[in-house]
Amino acid sequence: MEDVAIIGVGIHPFGRFGDKSAIQMGAEAIRSALADAGLEWKQVQFAFGGSCEVDNPDAVVGLLGLTGIPFMDVYNGCATAATALDLTADAIRFGKYDIGVAVGMDKHAFGAFTADPVHYSAPPWYGDIGHFLTTKFFGMKINRYMHDHGISHQTLARVAAKNYRNGVLNPNAFRRKAISEEEILSSAMLNYPLTKYMFCSPDEGAAAVVLCRADIARRYTSNPIYLRTSVLRTRTYGAHEVHSSWAAVEPAEAPTVYASRAAYEAAGIGPGDVDVIQVQDTDSGAEIIHMAENGFCADGEQEKLLAEGATEIGGRLPVNTDGGLIANGEPVGASGLRQIHELVLQLRGQAGERQVPGNPRVGYAQLYGAPGTAGVSIVTT
Amino acid sequence: MAQVPFAPDVFTWPAEKPQLIGARCASCAAVTFPAQDSCPRCGKLEMEQLLLPREGTLWTWTTQDFLPKEPYASGETPQTFKPFGMGLVQLGDDVRVEGRLTVSDPKQIRFGMKLELVIYPFRTDGDGTQVMSYAFAPAEEGN
Repeated sequence: MEDVAIIGVGIHPFGRFGDKSAIQMGAEAIRSALADAGLEWKQVQFAFGGSCEVDNPDAVVGLLGLTGIPFMDVYNGCATAATALDLTADAIRFGKYDIGVAVGMDKHAFGAFTADPVHYSAPPWYGDIGHFLTTKFFGMKINRYMHDHGISHQTLARVAAKNYRNGVLNPNAFRRKAISEEEILSSAMLNYPLTKYMFCSPDEGAAAVVLCRADIARRYTSNPIYLRTSVLRTRTYGAHEVHSSWAAVEPAEAPTVYASRAAYEAAGIGPGDVDVIQVQDTDSGAEIIHMAENGFCADGEQEKLLAEGATEIGGRLPVNTDGGLIANGEPVGASGLRQIHELVLQLRGQAGERQVPGNPRVGYAQLYGAPGTAGVSIVTT
Repeated sequence: MAQVPFAPDVFTWPAEKPQLIGARCASCAAVTFPAQDSCPRCGKLEMEQLLLPREGTLWTWTTQDFLPKEPYASGETPQTFKPFGMGLVQLGDDVRVEGRLTVSDPKQIRFGMKLELVIYPFRTDGDGTQVMSYAFAPAEEGN
């Protein structure tokens, strides 16, 4: 199998952009990634495009050049971008192509996501009676976790405050204003124990990466970043996941745990080797739980780690250095490629004001979403 | 006044002691709610109807403090919306079920509390018909 390198990353800022289409944002993200790689669109042999709202992300070819390349569209919930990345990497790993692009783009309406619950294998009445809410699942999950592992409301606020602070340092972020822990705790309760400022918002944006066979990467860049592994997993029997009307009493690990273990094993890397961390922070509780599910700490240890500032940019476990979903919002198709964009900048030493000190060499990204899907990617210098 | 369930085959109705209608796999004993034709554990098509216990304990919970978007069909508006509690309630040894709680104040909710199934009017239609749904209410201690 061929090794895979990332030779270019590009992003369209996340936020709200009026009439601008997701396709336009996707095309801009690709142009930016190509410029970063020193490539032209006509050199790209294939692409995968991810989106929730756009049926045909491949329509970006109309804005980039109609070169006739194969361009495959994917949707996989909040793990959509990880899926686009994984499939693009696999096509190179298996020797089908040498150079490809993974792009994600979205443009969501305001407020919590909604859809037809039957598309999530939930009962048709699940939405009618007010159960079809991702936010309520996250409230129930972190509430039990806090009860079992002694996590405080203050720690929930610390996570959100950190991510807003990191967002201030990120010119592409949606929320670029620091919010105090007090203000976070006293904002409107949405789903106990989670308040308004502890949640990310659906928004708009795009991100793209250019991947190539590792052995030709230095033709294009002097600082390739290697995609050591990309892993996707769905839920197993016993896990309580988003949009489930029931759960088995028999316990099972969350899909992230399985994806994480498989990723570490494939990469030959352990959590102790990771220098920069990106996890799915749909809400502050999710960041706390995902720190443990990805092996970065024991259950409950987050209380102390957050109090010590360990997850700050200058801490020993920097988490969501670009502000994560809480500061960037979640254009579902693009979110995971934003994570990769940030890790690549950090590993190249190009993250500016939010640069993790000490020449970080290993980056880790995790996505989680409905109906119980997780994606993990590990990148290294 | 006419009372109709919000959907068929979710709970026994009318019934003096209504129960949720689930299913159990005849092959591996996995239990689901609502009933489904195929087993989520072993994949076999041997599911049999199972009436779930009416009483259970609260495994985890949250509150719903904002009006859900469509397809929410309570007829409430942002002005009339009343926050509600949501629980994952263990019924018997095999299954936990999501359901609304009749209490919404976090001070009234605790992990492990005993709950019982109730059927309540979820919405009243223009012709006066009450559309009934299920919820869990705190059970009398000592029951």
